[in-house]
Amino acid sequence: MSSQFDFEHPVDIAWCPGCGNYSIVEAIKKAFDELAISRENLVMVSGIGQAAKAPHYIKVSFFDGLHGRSLPAATAIKASNPGLTVIVESGDGCTYGEGGNHFLTAIRRNTDITNIVHNNMVYGLTKGQASPTSRRGFKTPVQVAGVYLEPFNPIAVAVALNASFVARAFSGDIDKTKDIIKKAVTHKGYALIDVFQPCVSFNRINTFKWYKENSYYLDDSYDPYDRNEAFRKAVETEKFPLGVIYINKENPTFEENLSVYKQNKEPLFKRSVDYQKLEQLMEEKRK
Amino acid sequence: MFNQKDISIVLSGEAGQGIQTAESLLLRLFKLSGLHVFSYSEFMSRIRGGNNSTEIRVSPERVNSFCGRIDVFVSLHEGAMERHYDRISRNTVIIGDPAHIHDRFRDGDHTLVEFPLRETARLVGGPIYANIIIAGIFAALFAMDISFVKEQLRRFFTKATEEMLSKNIAAAEKGFSLGKDLFLARGIEFKLSRADQVKGELLLNGADAVGMGGLAGGCNFVSSYPMSPSTEVLVFFAQHGEEFGVVVEQAEDEICAINMALGSWYAGGRAMVTTSGGGFALMVEALSLAGSHESPLVIHLGQRPGPATGLPTRTEQGDLLFALFAGHGEFPRVIFAPGSFEEGFRLTQRAFYIADKYQVPVIVLTDQYFIDSNYNLPDIEVERGLERNHIVKTSADYLRYKLTGSGISPRGIPGHGQGIVCALSDEHTEGGFITEDFSVRTSMVNKRWAKMAAMEHEILPPRLYGPENYRYLLIGWGSTLNVIREALAMCGRDDTAFLHFTQIYPLHKEAAPLVSKAGKKILIENNATAQLGAVLKLYAGIDVDSKILKYNGMPFMLEEIVEVINKLS
Repeated sequence: MSSQFDFEHPVDIAWCPGCGNYSIVEAIKKAFDELAISRENLVMVSGIGQAAKAPHYIKVSFFDGLHGRSLPAATAIKASNPGLTVIVESGDGCTYGEGGNHFLTAIRRNTDITNIVHNNMVYGLTKGQASPTSRRGFKTPVQVAGVYLEPFNPIAVAVALNASFVARAFSGDIDKTKDIIKKAVTHKGYALIDVFQPCVSFNRINTFKWYKENSYYLDDSYDPYDRNEAFRKAVETEKFPLGVIYINKENPTFEENLSVYKQNKEPLFKRSVDYQKLEQLMEEKRK
Repeated sequence: MFNQKDISIVLSGEAGQGIQTAESLLLRLFKLSGLHVFSYSEFMSRIRGGNNSTEIRVSPERVNSFCGRIDVFVSLHEGAMERHYDRISRNTVIIGDPAHIHDRFRDGDHTLVEFPLRETARLVGGPIYANIIIAGIFAALFAMDISFVKEQLRRFFTKATEEMLSKNIAAAEKGFSLGKDLFLARGIEFKLSRADQVKGELLLNGADAVGMGGLAGGCNFVSSYPMSPSTEVLVFFAQHGEEFGVVVEQAEDEICAINMALGSWYAGGRAMVTTSGGGFALMVEALSLAGSHESPLVIHLGQRPGPATGLPTRTEQGDLLFALFAGHGEFPRVIFAPGSFEEGFRLTQRAFYIADKYQVPVIVLTDQYFIDSNYNLPDIEVERGLERNHIVKTSADYLRYKLTGSGISPRGIPGHGQGIVCALSDEHTEGGFITEDFSVRTSMVNKRWAKMAAMEHEILPPRLYGPENYRYLLIGWGSTLNVIREALAMCGRDDTAFLHFTQIYPLHKEAAPLVSKAGKKILIENNATAQLGAVLKLYAGIDVDSKILKYNGMPFMLEEIVEVINKLS
């Protein structure tokens, strides 16, 4: 089925055949189409890495910036024009490594954006070094004795910071991934989706088959509003749970906290200088 | 007993004693009673203890620079005098509690006015009232009316409880009567002529100038991480953000701050970051991103002495070359360096205009001396219309980096038109898509640099002060403007002029002929390596004849520049 987010012309894609990225892009486009999101009001924001190229293959406005820095840019885009739908898409290295502090603070700031993180447990663009989510013992040309760092657990960190929406998906299942993306995009507040995906060139351990065998979907009886239960699920590693793990609707969003939108809902670009107020401020400086 | 036309007062004490409160109150009292004022605070990087001081100059004529001479020294704790020994002379009146005055000044040659300040403050309500007692003393010495002082106290302490206000008023009254008893009886008073027009003038600090200039430039987004001395500008926007519709966010770090600013511009905001050298160092990668995205960006860089943490609360003009060369790769930028508050206002406003029109980062370089000074100025006429957004509504075939003769591609934003707006860090096609095509790369580099030619007619020339025909030329930039101007006026030499640069880069083509026609070129900079000198050499082929450099963390004193000028031969 064609999508309004397809380009009319063929696109030269830089990914390896069989890469999990293709499925994620397909799931994203399907989610956008099914949600009937207006392309004019949609922005994708990415950093650097193979995953960060995803917005180039979707017909959409994008801000492709620096490694690790997509969340600050996305936050400001949403805060400057709250009418935009803002999707951040990047990899595990970009989001959890280089941009770690922004990841922590984005959760706390609770901007109404969706953060899709491709998690393949390896660095692809730089040809196969450890990523923050690489498992212990994973050998690479740099981690020659195997990874000895504790793997970063984005789900547990997000639940610990009382994130607004926390989910995990698997690129091998496009339809279920699409459904999770739809829930995340329609959720008001910061929404994290950590997406497991195989890297066919640089990760021979965490393969399509490995992810399939080491994950399971949460069933309908699971209550994502129960934080203690979410913690329990977040630290499961024998088999990783997939689906919406935690939802917290208590906190206002970043934009709702901004005083500039309390009276006036117009985006910043439609506003102009209030010279009268400026003159008044100057008058104050005379007294 | 004073023959100076202006009086220089130094209040010196510990951090936490409320010297800044006394400074603010006295500035207001002097100005509203028709006297010109200037103040500069220097302080240690600590919350309690140490030694902080503020210099307040009061004059019947306009004053706006730091001087070394101290006419009245107020000592507010036992260690308050130590750091100022070389500035206290036999002409200095020393005021304070006997416990706070060093014995070396009890030599009979110095004028001491000692009284039990601590005990007096305690009786009023506590040690914190010492400042207001001092303010009351000055009100008497400068022949103010006590009812005027009380009225101003009510306006000054708007957030105080009735009880605190009445204690402050009691403290001022106590000081006022002490002033009459202790000083007037000894013939110490300052009869300066007043001018009514001063009462209605603006009283600003450097952060006000930059902040209000930003508002005039249409700034509506400020993201920053606190760092002295630039924090004052962040505070300005936080205080006025709601009123003026400015999104103000304290970022988790400077990297976040500048990437937020770029995101805001991309989505139609007009964003600024305010930082100091160390924070700017963290922002440098994103400065380069602004170059690739061709994003407008305004950076206020309040300099302080480095390297690394350096002297965190002090002043230096040490980051000019850093600002000029920061960022990997080659891309255009603009650097302004205001000298006066009026320039601080105009150049920050202009930074938004230039950044938006030419889609380049613009850096406004100030320093701690500029930010933490206060003085009155007649007015700032606000130029209107400069904040027009150079934004287009996109059509379906919109190309973000369309090649044009000027190098300026019409800037679309998402949510405004049918096109897609693709901003890319990688080298890109006109549409904003990744490319490694060599000819596209060359075209894009040429396009980015074409903007420098497009903006050439808007480059600000250096400004000449003094005679048109000069043999000696003093050369400076940024915050040294006022002190060099005042010294030049004091010396009254008809063979010496001063050339001041407010736009460092790109450099105006008039710089070379104006400098070259001087017989002797004297560069004055508040740094150790003569950084403007390097810029003049690089971009105008000029060598200077001598360099006057100061880099101990303090600004130039008026007397230091006067000495330079007097020695010219």
